[in-house]
Amino acid sequence: MSGLLHIEGLVAGWQRPATRALDLRLAAGEVVGLTGPNGVGKSTVLAALAGRATVFSGRIERMPGLRIALQTQDVPPVRGLPLSGRDLFGLTGASADGLPSWLSGRLEERLDRLSGGQRHYLALWAVLQAPADLVLLDEPTNNLDAAGVAHLTEHLRDRALSGAGLVVVSHDAAFVESVCDRTLVMEACDVE
Amino acid sequence: MWSELFLVPFLTGLGLAILLPLLGCYLRLRDEWLAALAYAHVAAAGALAALVGTLPPAAGGVAAAALAGAAKRFLAARLAGGASHALLLLSGWAVAVLLAANHPLAERLGHALFDGQLYFSGSGQLWLVAIGAPLALLALRALSGRLLLATVYPDFYHARGIAAWPAQTGFDVLAALALALATMSLGVMGAFALVFIPPWLAFRRARDWRRGLLVALAIGVAGYAGAFALALTLDQPFGPVLALVLVVVGLIVA
Repeated sequence: MSGLLHIEGLVAGWQRPATRALDLRLAAGEVVGLTGPNGVGKSTVLAALAGRATVFSGRIERMPGLRIALQTQDVPPVRGLPLSGRDLFGLTGASADGLPSWLSGRLEERLDRLSGGQRHYLALWAVLQAPADLVLLDEPTNNLDAAGVAHLTEHLRDRALSGAGLVVVSHDAAFVESVCDRTLVMEACDVE
Repeated sequence: MWSELFLVPFLTGLGLAILLPLLGCYLRLRDEWLAALAYAHVAAAGALAALVGTLPPAAGGVAAAALAGAAKRFLAARLAGGASHALLLLSGWAVAVLLAANHPLAERLGHALFDGQLYFSGSGQLWLVAIGAPLALLALRALSGRLLLATVYPDFYHARGIAAWPAQTGFDVLAALALALATMSLGVMGAFALVFIPPWLAFRRARDWRRGLLVALAIGVAGYAGAFALALTLDQPFGPVLALVLVVVGLIVA
């Protein structure tokens, strides 16, 4: 196959099918947005790409040796743990280069003593900057202020330019428009 | 105090006071600190069962705990919410008490295991700890990254295609073996105190993971050394003195 990912007629779900059939090709350096109303299965598609959700029909073809990094909407359970941003980066192999100035000085602090937005951005950065060919992001702008969204937008483009392919799920239409090369709008699944 | 009579027990306990707080940090990370108490009780029951069966108690304790550690992973799917730890704890305690109540030799060993009579440790136990503790620390170091990643980023871990069960089962067996080794010398509650209290305090104060490990280690070793001297001076069983010293340190720091 050419490209990172080729999806054909994918219907994914957990106990039962939860999405309509989806087709997608993704090449290195591309950013594709997945949008649509709540409940159409955007996060489920990401989970299926990462090998977590069940594929009920269709197929997912991945480039051999593809390294995937997945950010979910779940907040890393760091409350009560002595973990710093530096620890997170060490775990995923992420680099701190390019962090915004308002976070680069807080890398050594405990994550559970940072604000929700700061913690979210560090946790997101640890995934985004991890060595990976395909980066899957689920609502990355949650908890971010305008400065955070602006920095993320700029950085996602840099990440794509460095050769990674990105699939971004977001409700933020302006963000999706500014960062994605193309957008797939998902519709509700009729299957009960 | 430093005569050979006390040096062997002191060194035996010291090796465990280094290992257990570090092990406890990973148990606490995984919210499995109750497992320490469960493994200690199962080890005690295994040691008593071995004694009754005219086998070496230490081998029985280690084997029973290792079996519990390996079986726990298979039971986990059906016994969610820490139920497997509670069931292991209760069954270990029940078997140990029943064996002690029905066999004179088992009664004596049972008292030693629950009191934590470190001063009766011999060179055999020291050798076990001298070999086992460094091996356990090396294994813990090798597992550390995977245990942390699986806890903090379970989806990322899975997306990387890393099989979870070798690290999880490896850690379960490691924890069970370490607790069995510790129970034979420090007693059930002495071992549990070293697994629970230093990480609990370290997690409240430390800034990052590495410092958390160092703080837990320092509290564990200092508490152990203080308890050893105190128990010896007051001529008291070691396990309860160690537990009390760590509880007092915990309350002061917390």
